[in-house]
Amino acid sequence: MPNKKTEELEGVAIRFTGDSGDGMQLTGTKFTESTALAGNDLATLPDYPAEIRAPAGTLAGVSGFQIHFSSKEISTPADQPDVLVAFNPAALRANIDDVRPGGMVIVNTDAFNDKALARAGYDEDPLPALRDRVKLVEIPLTRLNREALKDLNLSYRDADRSKNFFALGIMFWLYHRSMDPTLRWLESRFKGDIREANVRVLNAGYAFAETTEMFPVSYVIPSAKIQPGTYRNITGNTALAWGIAAAGTLNDCPVFLGAYPITPASDILHELARYRQFGVRTFQAEDEIAAISTAIGASFAGMLGVTTTSGPGFVLKQEALGLAVMTELPLVVVDVQRGGPSTGMPTKIEQGDLLMALYGRNSDCPVAILAPSSPGDCFHIMIEAFSLAVKYMTPVVVLSDGYLANSAEPWLIPDIASLRRSPVKHHTEISNFQPYERNPETLARPWAVPGTKGLEHRIGGLGKDEITGNVSYDPRNNERMIELRAEKVARIANDIPPIEVNGQDQGGLLLVGWGSTHGAIYAAVKEARENGLNVSNIHLRHLNPFPSNLADVLSRFDQILVPELNQGQLSRILRAEFLLPAVPMIKQQGQPFQISEILERIRAMLREEN
Amino acid sequence: MADAAVNLTQKDFATDQDVRWCPGCGDYSILANVQRVMPEFGIPRENFVFISGIGCSSRFPYYMNTYGMHTIHGRAPAFAAGVKASRPELSVWVVTGDGDGLSIGGNHLLHAIRRNIDYQILLFNNRVYGLTKGQYSPTSRIGMKTKSTPDGSIDYPVDPIKFALGASATFVARTVDVDAKHLQQTLRRAHEHKGTAFVEILQNCPVFNDNEWIEVENKKTRSEAALVLEDGQPLVTGSKGQRRGIRIENGIPSVVKLGDEEDPVAAGVAVHNERHDSPAYAFALASLERPNFPIPIGVFRSVERPAYDEMLSNQVTQAIEKRGEGDLHALLHSGDTWTVE
Ligand code: SF4
Repeated sequence: MPNKKTEELEGVAIRFTGDSGDGMQLTGTKFTESTALAGNDLATLPDYPAEIRAPAGTLAGVSGFQIHFSSKEISTPADQPDVLVAFNPAALRANIDDVRPGGMVIVNTDAFNDKALARAGYDEDPLPALRDRVKLVEIPLTRLNREALKDLNLSYRDADRSKNFFALGIMFWLYHRSMDPTLRWLESRFKGDIREANVRVLNAGYAFAETTEMFPVSYVIPSAKIQPGTYRNITGNTALAWGIAAAGTLNDCPVFLGAYPITPASDILHELARYRQFGVRTFQAEDEIAAISTAIGASFAGMLGVTTTSGPGFVLKQEALGLAVMTELPLVVVDVQRGGPSTGMPTKIEQGDLLMALYGRNSDCPVAILAPSSPGDCFHIMIEAFSLAVKYMTPVVVLSDGYLANSAEPWLIPDIASLRRSPVKHHTEISNFQPYERNPETLARPWAVPGTKGLEHRIGGLGKDEITGNVSYDPRNNERMIELRAEKVARIANDIPPIEVNGQDQGGLLLVGWGSTHGAIYAAVKEARENGLNVSNIHLRHLNPFPSNLADVLSRFDQILVPELNQGQLSRILRAEFLLPAVPMIKQQGQPFQISEILERIRAMLREEN
Repeated sequence: MADAAVNLTQKDFATDQDVRWCPGCGDYSILANVQRVMPEFGIPRENFVFISGIGCSSRFPYYMNTYGMHTIHGRAPAFAAGVKASRPELSVWVVTGDGDGLSIGGNHLLHAIRRNIDYQILLFNNRVYGLTKGQYSPTSRIGMKTKSTPDGSIDYPVDPIKFALGASATFVARTVDVDAKHLQQTLRRAHEHKGTAFVEILQNCPVFNDNEWIEVENKKTRSEAALVLEDGQPLVTGSKGQRRGIRIENGIPSVVKLGDEEDPVAAGVAVHNERHDSPAYAFALASLERPNFPIPIGVFRSVERPAYDEMLSNQVTQAIEKRGEGDLHALLHSGDTWTVE
């Protein structure tokens, strides 16, 4: 065995890329699990095509998974990968321009034949030219993998399916990761030859990396100094589903989820369908409208009604959402935003639905709007959403997005006792019961549910009398009810913590973000401040109503920049609400912000100022 | 659910709201008869929920002193599904119309029925849009002249009974707004049924489509125009001198003239059976239309199959039995975790 060197690094970003059939998401996920256990801070970004099986070997079919891990605090999957693993020419072509100059590129040379090169649009073999630009590691992966499996009775086709695990074995050795979680997973998931094949090639890849001359150095990334506690790795969709299940337990009220399959929200339905033991009832409805309608029906019946969807489905839900506003029932609507408009780019990232959430219904029809800022925050925001929905008898919209949904981070598992509990108490007082008589503090109407004697009443979408809720077309009453519903949502601000500035209290440039862009904005501001720039940031988790100190905070800064993955929706609202010259920073390419883009914009704005 | 201690009357089910249908509307009679049979079920009033969509018929919940929800156009079966799937112990009634249920809400009606959710769906069929003032509806006859079809409708109508049968309904019935006795009997049967009970109620809209069902509403013509379905009885209609029977061969119905004393079964007339496994027989019945045939009134089909809400509740119970009550701490710590000191 050659005597190899070990080098310590602060952090690395690796991107696994291949055909959508090559198992890149799985490879990335398994590498992430071991990295989490190694105690590194990490962030991941899966990027895959919407087609289930796009034509093999084409640029359209390239699937990628990026993981950034470090011994320091990190907040994004990194702008540029340090290492690219490319399973075929198309994967190389689609990703090579992103690689950090001088970075490492590992390719499966067996896949670089004339046919595959042509399919990827290469006129000639790109590898020779690459050798000067990057550390190119050329591995005959397909052959090595077949070799490792030769005495198993597998066809080449079946054998080739496991070559991603050969590569995973290599990467485990290269970065000193434990293979145990993956081996355990294989043990529990597969049987017979398939299990044997995967275990064997994982070990073979590891042994290959250890002995080959191609890797003279392996790398150690020390564990990060992070807050003590028990951690796990979590994606936004899983955290969100768990937050829903938790809300049922914490509030002593069963959850009902009405949902219709839609990318990238379906995983929430899949996850919750497994938790019937929590009393969770999931209902796969016939369409998006039925999904929200069943959830509202369940809320009327006294459950915690929730529906989950993405942009095109959220459009369809707007009429029913209006009914939930009118009938003043608690309801949570999750929109996992995706690239649009129309069908758009279902697996890509965008924050394009803020204005729809605010204004998408007929007439003036306000709902509360929350947005989680990290995958783990999806858990906490759901608990908050249900609590507000019940306390204020109002629909609450939660705007997640495709980035939060699928990316993962280490998550400090919260102590159950520390979580907000708001046990549901349905109205039972019979004397003087009026369906629309409001709580003087919150303006919430009583939640009286079927089965409660003496509280029989009818609700619906027609204009209603201020107290009795009976149908009313009285002009003044109508305006008064519209004002009351708006005032009720505005009062939610009493339950929202004041916004805290990261950086300095006043002066200079303030970045205002919301949702999944938190990591990139935070990292850019951090770096800018380390370089002596006068910049701070706030991140809004509450978009309607805003935290009550927002106007005050905004007014203390000289310039306001609002980075958003849309055409400037939040900046438009800030300008309208606060009459401030908030400047939008726009990106709508189906990709998250890069730290460098934001940094550049910060520099430009501060230069103009001087 | 019947509770002997529950002693309610028709009046207990009326609200203080002014009923706002046009004078002479068939809905009045339907409302009165629904209020009339409710007390018989022995269910506390607070356990009834009436859910409607949009349209004349959908005002119904406002007039029932129970829990109720007037929802949005076409979606009542979905709202009601949420109520019933989460609270199976409630008695849930959906009230809809031909436009609400079969046009904008056709999809929800289809899926509610195929899921066999244990609730009643009352579809008031007046073959016209009333609330929007008189456009043709999906059940209107071809050629019907309305505001939106001045040259006559060129839309082929959908038949509610065939629609329900096509969606694998376990209970399908048809009754008439002004036939109090038959309407009440049909409501009783619908309530007894476990699973989705679909009831088409032929309803007159005197303002926009008067006399659409006059032949079966009018006592004089009814005996010939209507074929009253009774389980185990031959399909015979008409009074003395006009007796006719329905024969069904290879799924095709035909009319057989019968002598006053003639044995219909011997003459090949079909004997009504609500419980055929295949819906083909009920389908043949559903194809009987005026003027060539009498209109069948009564229960077309009534078969048993587990209801969605019941099966969902069973899954919840079984999950708790198998995995124990949900434990949040265990969930959050499931899979790989690590501890930072
Ligand atoms: S328009 Fe027709 S259906 Fe509607 S209330 Fe008047 S009579 Fe009845």
